[in-house]
Amino acid sequence: MIHGPHIDWFALAGVNSLLAASALALLSAVLVPGPLRRPVAASLCALGYATAIGFTIALYVKSPHGHGVVVDAFRRDRLAQFAGIILAGSGLLATAISYRERMREHHGEYYALLAAAGGGMLFFVGANNLMTLFLGLEWFSISLYILCAIDRDRLGGLEAALKYLVIGGFGSAVLLFGSALVYGATGQLNFDAISAAGQAHDSLLVFGLAMIIAGLAFKASAAPFHMWTPDVYEGAPTPVTAFMAAATKAAALVVMLRVLVTAFPSQAHLWTVALAAIAVCSLVIGNLAALVQKGVKRMLAYSSISQAGFMLIAVSTDSNLGARALLYYLIPYAAMSLGSFAVVAARERELGVPVTFENMAGFGWERPLLGVSMWAFMLGFAGFPLTGGFVGKFYIFAAAYDRGWTWLVIVGVAATAVSLYYYLGVIRAMYFRPAEELQLAPVAGGSPPRELLLQTAVTAALVVTVGSFFAVQPLIDAARHATEFLFL
Amino acid sequence: MTTLLILLPLAAALLIWVLPLNDVSAGALALLAALAEVGLWIQLLVRYDFAKGGLQFAQERNWFSDLHVSYHVGVYGFSVWLVGLTVIAMAAAIAYGFWVGRDRVRAYMGLMLFLTGAIIGVFTAQDLLLFYAFFEAMMIPLYILVGVWGGPGRLGATLKFLLYTMAGSLLMLASIIVYGLSQNTFDLTQIGQSSSDWIFLGFVAAFAIKAPLFPLHGWLPDAYRESSPEVAAILSGVVSKAAAYGFLRIAIAKFPEPVQHYRAPILALAAIGLIYGSLLAFRAPDIRGVIAYSSLAQMGLITMGLFAVNDLGFDGAVLQMVNHGLVSAALFLLAGMVERRTLTGELTRLGGMARGRPALATVLITTGVIALAVPLSSAFAGEFLILAGVFRQGWGWSVVGAVAIVLAAAYVLRLISAVLHRDVGPAVSDSALDLRPAELGVVVPLVACLLALSAWPAAITEHSFRNDRGQTDVSQGFK
Repeated sequence: MIHGPHIDWFALAGVNSLLAASALALLSAVLVPGPLRRPVAASLCALGYATAIGFTIALYVKSPHGHGVVVDAFRRDRLAQFAGIILAGSGLLATAISYRERMREHHGEYYALLAAAGGGMLFFVGANNLMTLFLGLEWFSISLYILCAIDRDRLGGLEAALKYLVIGGFGSAVLLFGSALVYGATGQLNFDAISAAGQAHDSLLVFGLAMIIAGLAFKASAAPFHMWTPDVYEGAPTPVTAFMAAATKAAALVVMLRVLVTAFPSQAHLWTVALAAIAVCSLVIGNLAALVQKGVKRMLAYSSISQAGFMLIAVSTDSNLGARALLYYLIPYAAMSLGSFAVVAARERELGVPVTFENMAGFGWERPLLGVSMWAFMLGFAGFPLTGGFVGKFYIFAAAYDRGWTWLVIVGVAATAVSLYYYLGVIRAMYFRPAEELQLAPVAGGSPPRELLLQTAVTAALVVTVGSFFAVQPLIDAARHATEFLFL
Repeated sequence: MTTLLILLPLAAALLIWVLPLNDVSAGALALLAALAEVGLWIQLLVRYDFAKGGLQFAQERNWFSDLHVSYHVGVYGFSVWLVGLTVIAMAAAIAYGFWVGRDRVRAYMGLMLFLTGAIIGVFTAQDLLLFYAFFEAMMIPLYILVGVWGGPGRLGATLKFLLYTMAGSLLMLASIIVYGLSQNTFDLTQIGQSSSDWIFLGFVAAFAIKAPLFPLHGWLPDAYRESSPEVAAILSGVVSKAAAYGFLRIAIAKFPEPVQHYRAPILALAAIGLIYGSLLAFRAPDIRGVIAYSSLAQMGLITMGLFAVNDLGFDGAVLQMVNHGLVSAALFLLAGMVERRTLTGELTRLGGMARGRPALATVLITTGVIALAVPLSSAFAGEFLILAGVFRQGWGWSVVGAVAIVLAAAYVLRLISAVLHRDVGPAVSDSALDLRPAELGVVVPLVACLLALSAWPAAITEHSFRNDRGQTDVSQGFK
């Protein structure tokens, strides 16, 4: 008789509720008759995410002092729960955005995978050793690979999925190899044990650290590990893109923060500089490439690379303020990403063709709510006031300055200036040119579909984007409680 | 009270956007909100204790404490006048937009009200980050207002306008971060003075572009020509004053040493802008061009007054800010009214409009005469004070200013004669009527304010700073 370890089921409740939702949604693909399949699977997925939000909030409240559970493989602490709330919230909105996506079959599988991906991410952000880290990464990555390819009618969907699979697989392999090197150098898998056993100038350990950073940077789509991003974001079904842009990036960045700070504090002089370099790379490449895009999804993909650059600045400062800045910024960032891709999805469904700057013309006047929301999301990305993006950027720059990296502030400010051109390009396209200038009949004919769920999701994203500008103090307090254990 | 002044237009804007109003009621509601703002401001004016001076009607609430940022608003003597300029000019602009009947009234009126709130926020913010937030928030409605309701070249104009001003504001953001964090507070009433040249130049860059100061005025002619007349009136009349206010409240008050270092080059740029703008205004082929370039010249003059850094200069600059705000708002609105009748602003195609149109002629000539700073006018008082102030920095500056006043007389008279006198121009038909009562209702209050100030310029000059000693206030950094 083997005695299993003691398991704190409550700590895993969020993950498990999503797994249960995933299993039930998968069952519904077989048991529920065709026409009901989509509503049932979608509600199961939404229910799973809603439960996960409830559990992560409860866990956040009840875990003021973080500790390891399940033989210290998993952390029950506020950092994981803070990230978990963002991830589960993103999942819930992504479910709402997905509902009216034109997809002929595989509804049950779609929502099962969406829930599974969320569960994987929730597990990933709580990982406390290199094994669970890799497990979580693969868990949500594989779900996402399939989600990208699930709509076989979609032009470029399969290509995107294949590209994501190959490059994502390569990224995972790099991460795994890095983990192996770290294990070889220290003989430890747990983060704090690595930190205790590692020597500052062990070249094997440093090499492993570099590969772990690279592996996570693939997932965060930071340059120069971003090559897959534009094609995958463009080819994947738009709701999946929205989920990837918001949740995958958030999870990867939070894990990066946790791993680097808890496992590699004595190498901080190396990884802070490395991250700053990656951040500058992402800012430059993301911004310059976004300038010349014609498709809105591709532009948003490049913008997400540059946003990753901003958030990496926060991680690279290796400070309390930086950690707080990252967690705070993830809230409006996730909302803006989901919201902007949701608006693109709405336009895409109206026209039945990929959305470009050209065929966004007049959209703002036709659909006032979506137009105004898109306006807010773009201004938020560009760091304008009245959105949380403004406060987030301010915090990130403050953290960089606090560390003494004024040059990084200057780079960030210059990048923001460049980014205005393409973010406001969307507003220009939506409002400044009348729709009469182009003859584009909606492909479905008649009036645009009424999408209550999508509009609700966009409104929620709008509320979070604008609300985080006003409610800075409570959010920052929450972020402080989530990160103060990192820098004792 | 201050918060109410900021929130009332924002709330009205939200209402107009959300409620399914028809065009007339949306416009009426906007006008009502704008007039309520004027009423509130009169309350503020009456209740502000000028004898005591300093920061009054202050309200403070924590925004985020770990970086010491708060929502802190209040008014000084001179900001009372600038807020007054804002509410009066905005009410005129909204009324004119309502009367002309812009497309998509709800969006338009909402944006105008949003702009009102943001500008008042700029003039009352007592926290650096809050100031920046309002300064940027001002850009959002302006961008849309010019981009959607502007003329045929609006896309280029908005792009240029945006890139110029954002380049400046982002430099200011970098300065604010460095300044605030190094002083450990963002509160303008507490933050200490700094001797850092770089931080100072970051602020100056933002304000110099917004004003604009020569040679950063590249965005100005297009933006003023392509926007609708009431938006141009706000841009040149009110928004440019936000920059002058920033010079006074932040750049000069908080950076005494860098001001000493860079005074000569800034005064030189202001003087060049003054002369160059006046010459361009004299050569401009259309009404809007004349007003736009005269605006460049006037902002140069105001900057000279501010960087004289003495009592006379500050008094004159504040008076001239209000004067020029009212004058250029009135002139742009009049330009719009003329263009509406003739479908062109080209001076060669206009002329002879005075005949049979006494109201237009009277209002235009009155405004023009004040603009060219005829003695006894408020502009004369303002310019005289500025020249007297800057004289103490060297007589040469005053000579430049005096030459510019002569040039101003030349370009204003050229404008008046090209529109009103000479032979009847090809674009002027008999069906072009005199000003309608509604149009008079929009412009006459602005002119009346100017006449009142002409009668009593001391209303502003003696009620802007504590004990009428601007230099003392500034040297203490308005603490």
